[in-house]
This record gives sequence, structure tokens and C-alpha cells, in this order.
Amino acid sequence: MTASMTARATTTVTARLLAAARLTATASMLALGLAAGFGGVGAAQAGEIRIGSVLSATGPAAFLGDPEEKTLKLYAEEINKAGGINGDTIKLVIYDDGGDADKARTFATRLVEEDKVAAVLGGTTSGTTMAMVPVFEDAEMPFISFAGAVGIVEPTKKWVFKTPHTDRMACEKIFEDLKKQNLTKVGIISGTDGFGKSMRDQCVKVNAKYDVEIVAEETYGPRDSDMTAQLTNLKGAPGIQALVNPGMGQGPAIVTRNVRQLGIALPLYQSHGVASKSFIELAGDAAEGVRLPAAAILVAEKLPDSDPQKAIALGYKTSYEAATKGQVSTFGGHAFDALFILKGALERAKSSDAAKIRDEIEKTTGFIGTAGIFNMTPADHMGLDLTAFKMLEVRSGDWTLVE
Amino acid sequence: MALKLSPAVLILIATVLIVVLPGLVLPSPYYYRVGALVFISALAVIGLNLLMGYAGQVSLGHAGFFAIGAYGTAILPAQLGWPPLLAAATGVVLAAALAFAIGRPILRLRGQHLAVATLGIGMLITMVLNAEVAITGGPDGMAVARATVFGFKLRAPETWYWISGGLLILGVVAALNLLNSPTGRALRALHDSEVAAEVLGIDVTRYKLVVFVAASVYAAVAGAALALFSGHVTPDVGSFLRSVEFVTMAVIGGLGSILGSIVGAAVLVILPQVLTVFQEYETLVLGVMIILFMIFLRGGIVPGLAARLTARLTP
Amino acid sequence: MDDLSGSNVMADFVQFAMSGLTVGAVYALVALGFTLIYNASSVVNFAQGEFVMLGGMATVFLAALGLPIPLAALAAVAVAVVTGLLVHTLVIEPARGANAVTLIILTIGVSLVLRGAAPLVFDKQFHKLPGFSGEEPVSLLGALVQPQAFWVVGGTAVIVLALKVFLAHTLFGKAVLATAADRMAARLSGINTSVIVGFCFAMSAAIGAIAGILVTPITLTSYDVGVILSLKGFAAAVLGGIGNPLGAVAGGLLLGLLESFAAGYLSSTYKDAVAFAILIAVLIVMPGGLARVKHVERV
Repeated sequence: MTASMTARATTTVTARLLAAARLTATASMLALGLAAGFGGVGAAQAGEIRIGSVLSATGPAAFLGDPEEKTLKLYAEEINKAGGINGDTIKLVIYDDGGDADKARTFATRLVEEDKVAAVLGGTTSGTTMAMVPVFEDAEMPFISFAGAVGIVEPTKKWVFKTPHTDRMACEKIFEDLKKQNLTKVGIISGTDGFGKSMRDQCVKVNAKYDVEIVAEETYGPRDSDMTAQLTNLKGAPGIQALVNPGMGQGPAIVTRNVRQLGIALPLYQSHGVASKSFIELAGDAAEGVRLPAAAILVAEKLPDSDPQKAIALGYKTSYEAATKGQVSTFGGHAFDALFILKGALERAKSSDAAKIRDEIEKTTGFIGTAGIFNMTPADHMGLDLTAFKMLEVRSGDWTLVE
Repeated sequence: MALKLSPAVLILIATVLIVVLPGLVLPSPYYYRVGALVFISALAVIGLNLLMGYAGQVSLGHAGFFAIGAYGTAILPAQLGWPPLLAAATGVVLAAALAFAIGRPILRLRGQHLAVATLGIGMLITMVLNAEVAITGGPDGMAVARATVFGFKLRAPETWYWISGGLLILGVVAALNLLNSPTGRALRALHDSEVAAEVLGIDVTRYKLVVFVAASVYAAVAGAALALFSGHVTPDVGSFLRSVEFVTMAVIGGLGSILGSIVGAAVLVILPQVLTVFQEYETLVLGVMIILFMIFLRGGIVPGLAARLTARLTP
Repeated sequence: MDDLSGSNVMADFVQFAMSGLTVGAVYALVALGFTLIYNASSVVNFAQGEFVMLGGMATVFLAALGLPIPLAALAAVAVAVVTGLLVHTLVIEPARGANAVTLIILTIGVSLVLRGAAPLVFDKQFHKLPGFSGEEPVSLLGALVQPQAFWVVGGTAVIVLALKVFLAHTLFGKAVLATAADRMAARLSGINTSVIVGFCFAMSAAIGAIAGILVTPITLTSYDVGVILSLKGFAAAVLGGIGNPLGAVAGGLLLGLLESFAAGYLSSTYKDAVAFAILIAVLIVMPGGLARVKHVERV
């Protein structure tokens, strides 16, 4: 080996070493340097109360997460204008999990460890909620979810609450209505997304209680654009008297249109997963006669003046529609209920102590929200009963109360 | 006299530093969680990089094997009462067995055809996970029992930071060994030209199968680690978007670069955490950054930077 | 059992077939867009589905601003074409010479940008357009079909024919074909291949947007419909033998039909699984795809 070759070899090795060192430095900087930049929003300041939220503002559940986020922002601002909670201004820390359970969990850790929030609202879907639950249980963080599945509050978890009606209640309400009309043989067509799947599972658990028989079942994917094949099969199912469609998003609107396209004259029941006016717009004339269990907020104007929910529902609807130029949905309503349940708890607790806040959330009684009247107990971390659901029917392009 | 350090040793040293240095100074469990996620993704991406960067085979179904590892770890303890670590090992074996079984027919395909076939496999796996609610919990996922070692429950993000960091180092060692073996040389020949490799008497199908199975093992180990770490799995772990994310990590970091796999994973795991400051502009900014990376560091971050550095340092 | 009678069996079959053809026509148009760009530039454009979103969403929002729907649709196509040209100029041109995988990641970046921008420009809700010929179902051999389905299937046929005529009978079209056949040779014979590739991006964007407009009355649209369409369109393009326009159309229709028949006759839960399993089988049995393009590797 000549001297020059050795020298060159040395240079190459040195260069490689240097390159590797620089790369390591770059990589570590990515991990560390950036880390400094994406930490929490700093220590809590006096006169400020931090409320965290992880929502699916993008991704397949965006049409749920979007009104939830808008509602939280709108009312945090309003509460602050009116003097805050116990004199403290609300500071919202909202993260978007894109519907991904793992991201939700990371953001949950971040809210606990970095942002040091007092309580967490949200979890748009049951999947993201369930992924976050262990984090909040471990950290002893009060958490109110906006997701539907009954598994979130059954069995009861010490730190976990939720505001929407459960999917089981939706099934029960529908079957109750079917029973009243002596319709006992139904076909179910459900979405394979978390909402549709979970509600379908609840429906096939409680149907016997109402003497309803499920004679045929079909499913469709959350992004499917044509369900005529499935409906053709349901149409031919022997003895079928009604259709139930657990699902959310655009699916139920397409199902509704396809039912009409195929000339199926059976009564069609949708769920609380379609509870906004946009369903009627999307389904058009086909929506006529469709029934669904939903919160009173959809028929705020039509409630009798004696209804205790009327003022709240109408107030939320008016503010939301004025601020967002969009149409009110029950989804945003769940965020509204959760925020005000938490506000009440914070005011009663007069402390940022997590255990006290949790206890006060659990003591929520007679709280009138958009979804119904909440009466929480140590055994019931949702606090709504079946009366909170109204059976609605679409008539002349608008919701009407059936009862 | 210069140290006789082979590139392989340098890569290993760099990996150890990447794991150890931040591990000593990170400020809170949240950072350890992000760190652990980086290492877990990096592990899966190294497997994919062996397949794509060295063997030249594109897979859009890598997350499917990731999901098998994760769900094996979740299902066996829940349904059959197995200990979580045994379940994790079984999940990895299952993934390898599946890769072995489907590898032979599928790997006859090339380029886009292979991409579509692997995409299909990944979709089939997630469809089963979504549909078989009784076993998998369906779209909302299922809880995963915590692993226990000598009576010590593995749950803290710090613990998992070091476990996944250790797995990553092991993964790097295994990859370096594979690449320095006759198999590795055959793979490189394969990447350059399959026909030429065949002419040279290399059993192309066999080597492709070896690396396909190896890649699935990396993915499944990473998936199992994620499941045990998170305590909850959903079918998202195997989704098409997750597969695309793995491919993006591999390409952004640098195809055919082990360090690149780690850097690529770090970038795509950490960026969304940083970009939360952009709020509703987050997706948009992420897209723009991916485009900029790919235009200005075409070969990926690590090979791109290394080339620039070497160019500057060598006269 | 009345559903076993001959006429019902027939009606069901037609019902499934029409459903499959309608959905398949959209896959076909996305696959066609893939093919055009792939032929001219070897870029597998994973942002193709976003053009479908752009067509539908832009039409909805322009119509909401008070534009009559035909005008809104025209403007939406223009928006998509401009977007396609921008993608080519700002993203694909600067990366010229990059390898195939890098280009794919670039297009994934583009799809993120478009999907990230859409909720800012439009919103995150679902939208629809009225059917072009009303919504009263039409009876066809016992099956009931939305009139819009004929627009979708017919529109697809017209686009395919127009494209064929354009490529075969115009000078510019021949330049596109020459570029697709051999880029180097095309450049040597004086064709500005960069212009050709840009043109193909514009054309693909237009085809995608038209697909989005045609299908929105049936399938509804929202800011994130593009992902699944890119995925299925890509699968259809490969199924048809990537690079072959007619193959792409056949692949798209076949994929749609497979899904629909699987849902109708087998299991709606596993219909996509059935479709993809058959797709994989076809690829393995016919490695060149339906069009059987001979793949010769250059050593």
C-alpha cells in the first residue's frame, strides 16, 4: 500500500466518519431540537384554565369532528367573554388525530404530560376514545367523550364520561317504535365503519327484548357509493317489514336514495348517526317518511314551549348557525353538552384538583343539554335515558316529531 | 493511521447514539412515547427498505404484516389466555408464515403489478380485522393485555422507549448481517438487474422470498411492539394509508439506507407533532414538505446529505 | 319462493350489473387518467383521485355561488386543468430524472396538499349535485336504474372515444403517442416532450374532474373522496395492463362489476375482499394484465 493510497483511504474513512457524525447529529437534532419546539404550551398561567381536546377534525370522521371543534371554540370564547369559569379564562388545546387511534393516544399523552390540562373533552370516534381511555385512567384525568359506543361507559371507568346517547339506546328506540306498529321482521343494512358496526352489534343484542326478528343483514363499506346490490337482496328477503340502517356519513343518504330508486316501500329507519339537516339535503325527496331517533336539537323550533330543552336547544342552534354559517347537528351538540357539564363541575369544584373535578362531573344532575337531561351517577357516566331520544320523521323536507 | 471502521460499524454506532443520546435527556413521558413510536416505525421501515431498497421490490401492503404482529399480540391473550410475549412471538411467526406462503406466487410479479398485489393483500388483512368483530373487536379495535417481565408490568413510555430502541438496534444488526452475507450480495445483484442476476446463476425467486419473509418479520415485530406499548389496537394499524406512510418513510429517508429508514421514520413521526402549530393547515404543510424533500434530496435525506457532505469534504 | 322465479333472477342480475358498471365507469376514468400520465412520463400519479374530488366539489361550490350548473361544471374542469398544469410545472418538472418511487412519493405529497387545501377552500361536509335528467328511476329489464347512471356510463364511453380519435387523428395526439412509445426518440424528432407531459397532466385532470361531476349526483362527494378512488383506479389501471388506455377502462369496469356481483351474490362484507382476491389471481395468471402487454426488461 503506497503512502498516497493510505492517505486517500484515511481521507475517505475520515470523510465517512464525519458524514456519519453529521448525520447522527442531524437525526438527534430532529429528535431533540424539534422536541423543544413542539412541547406544551408552557406552564399554566394564573387566571387560566386549560381544557384539552383530541378530535377527528380530518379523516373519515371529519364531518363529526368539524362541528365539535367549531362548537368548542365558539363557546369557549363566549364563556370567556362572560367572565370565564370562576374568573379563569378557558384556554383550549385542540389536536386533530385524523381519525387514527394511535395518533389520538399520542396526543392524549401530550395533553397530560406537556399541556397539563385540567380535563379533556372529545375523542370523536369510539375507536379513538377507547385508545385514549387507558392514558387518562393512568393519569387520573377527567375525560368526557363525544363518541357513541356503549362500551365507553360500560363497564364504568372512574375517569371516563360521555355525552351522546349510546348506540344501544338508538336500537331500543327504533325497536320500540317498530313494536308499536306491529312490525316484527326487519332487515339491517349497516356501514362497516366503527359507528355502524358497533350499533349493528347492539341491535342484534336487544332485538329479542322487543320481539323483533332480524330476517336479513347486509353491510356496506364506509366509502361505498352504491348499495343497490345489498338492497336488492334485502328487498327479496321473505317476510321483511322494515329496514334499519345503522351508519353515519354519506352512506345512509345513499342507502335512502337507493331504497327509493329500487321502489322498496318498506319503512326505513336511520340512526342518530345522520342527525343533521344535511342528511335531508343529500337524500332529497327520498328522505320523505324516513324515521330516526335523535336529540331534540334537530326539532328545536317545534318543541312545545313547556319542554325544558327548548331554550337550550334553540339557543345553541341559533349561535352555531350564526357563527359557522353551517347547519346545526347533534354532533356539535355533544361537544356543547360536554363543555357545559365540565363548566358546571369546575364551578362547583372551585379547584383545579382533578379528583374534585371528576367527582363533580359525576354529580351532574338535572343538567339540561342538547341531547337531553343529564343525571350522572357513580354507576352511570352518561346520565341519559331513553326519553332523551325523540323519534323523528322527515316530512316535506323537514324533521317532525312523531310522538 | 485511520481507524478501520467499516460502514456497517459506523451505521451501528450511529444507531446506538440515536437511541441513547435522546434517551438520556428527554424531558417527559410524552417525548419518550414519540421516541418509541419513531423506533417502532423505523423497525418496520428497515424491513421495507430491505425489500424495496436492496431487492427492488415495491410493497404497498407492508402494514398488513405490521397488523398481523399487532393483532396476534392482542388476540391470543384475549381469546386463548396466552401470555402476551408468547402471543407476540406467535404473531411474528404467523406473519412470516403468511409471507412465505403468498411470497412465491406474488413475487413473480414486478413493479406496479407487485405493488397492486401487495396492496390487495394488505387490504384483505384489514378487511378481516374490520369484519370479524367477535375476534378482533371490529373497527373500534380491542384492548391489549400488558406484557409482564419478572413480575414487572411493561407500560411506561420510558420503558418502551428503551425496549423499542433495543429492538431497533437488534434490527439494524440483523439487517447489516443479512446485507453482508451472500444473500445480501445476491440481493444487490437482483436490484441492479433481475435478468443479469438470473444469468449469473442466482436463484432470484428464492432470494426474493427470503427478503420478503424477512421484511414481514420486521413489520410484525414492530407491530407487536406497538400493540404492547399502546395497549389498544385498531384496524388502522394495517390500513393502506399506513402502508403508504411506511413507503414514504423509506423513500424520504433514503432507499437502500438503513440510517435513512430511521431518519425517514423520525421525520414522519415527529413532523405531525410539530405541525400541530399550523392547525387546519397541517395536512397541506405536510404535503408541501414531502414534495420539497423529494425535489431537493431526491435520493432521500441520508444518501442525499451524505453525498453532499462527501462532495464537500473530499477534494 | 318468488325470488327464485326467472324474471327476478334476471332483474337482480341487471340491477347488479348496472350498479357495477356505474361504479366501474368512475374507476375506469381514474384508471384512464393514470394511464395517460404514466405513458407520457412513467409517473404513477397517486393524486389522480383528487382531481375527481376537485371536479365534484368545485362544481358544488361554484353552483352555490349562483352559477348555473353547466357553467359551474365547466369552470370546475378549468380549475382541475389549471391544478394539473401547476402540479406538472411545480412538482414533476423540477424532479425530472428522479426514479419511479421518488416520483410516486411526490404525487402522494401532491395528494396531501390537495386534500389539505380542499377543506380550507370548500368544507368538510358531504355534498351532492342534482341528477342531470332528474331522479326518477328508469326501468331496464326489470331493474330500476337512476337516470344519472346512463350519464356516467355514456359520458365514460364518449370520453374514451374522443380520446381515441384525438390520439389517432391529430398531430398533437400523435406526438403524445410518440412520446409514450419512446421518449428519447420523440425528443430527437423535435417533439417538446415536456409540453406533452404537461398536456397529459392537464388532460388527466380534466378527465378526473369530469368523472367527479358525472358521478356526484349518485355517489355524493366530500373533500376526501380522492384517496379510495386513487387506490381503486390504480388497481384498475394495473389490472388492465398499465399503459394501455383500453385496458384501463376494461380494468375499471371489471373491478366495479366484481364488487357489485360479490356484494349481490356472495357477501357484502367481503365484497372488496372478493374483488381484490380475483384481481390478485388475474395478475398472477396473466402477469401482463388484461391487455397482455409484453414486459421486456432491458439489461
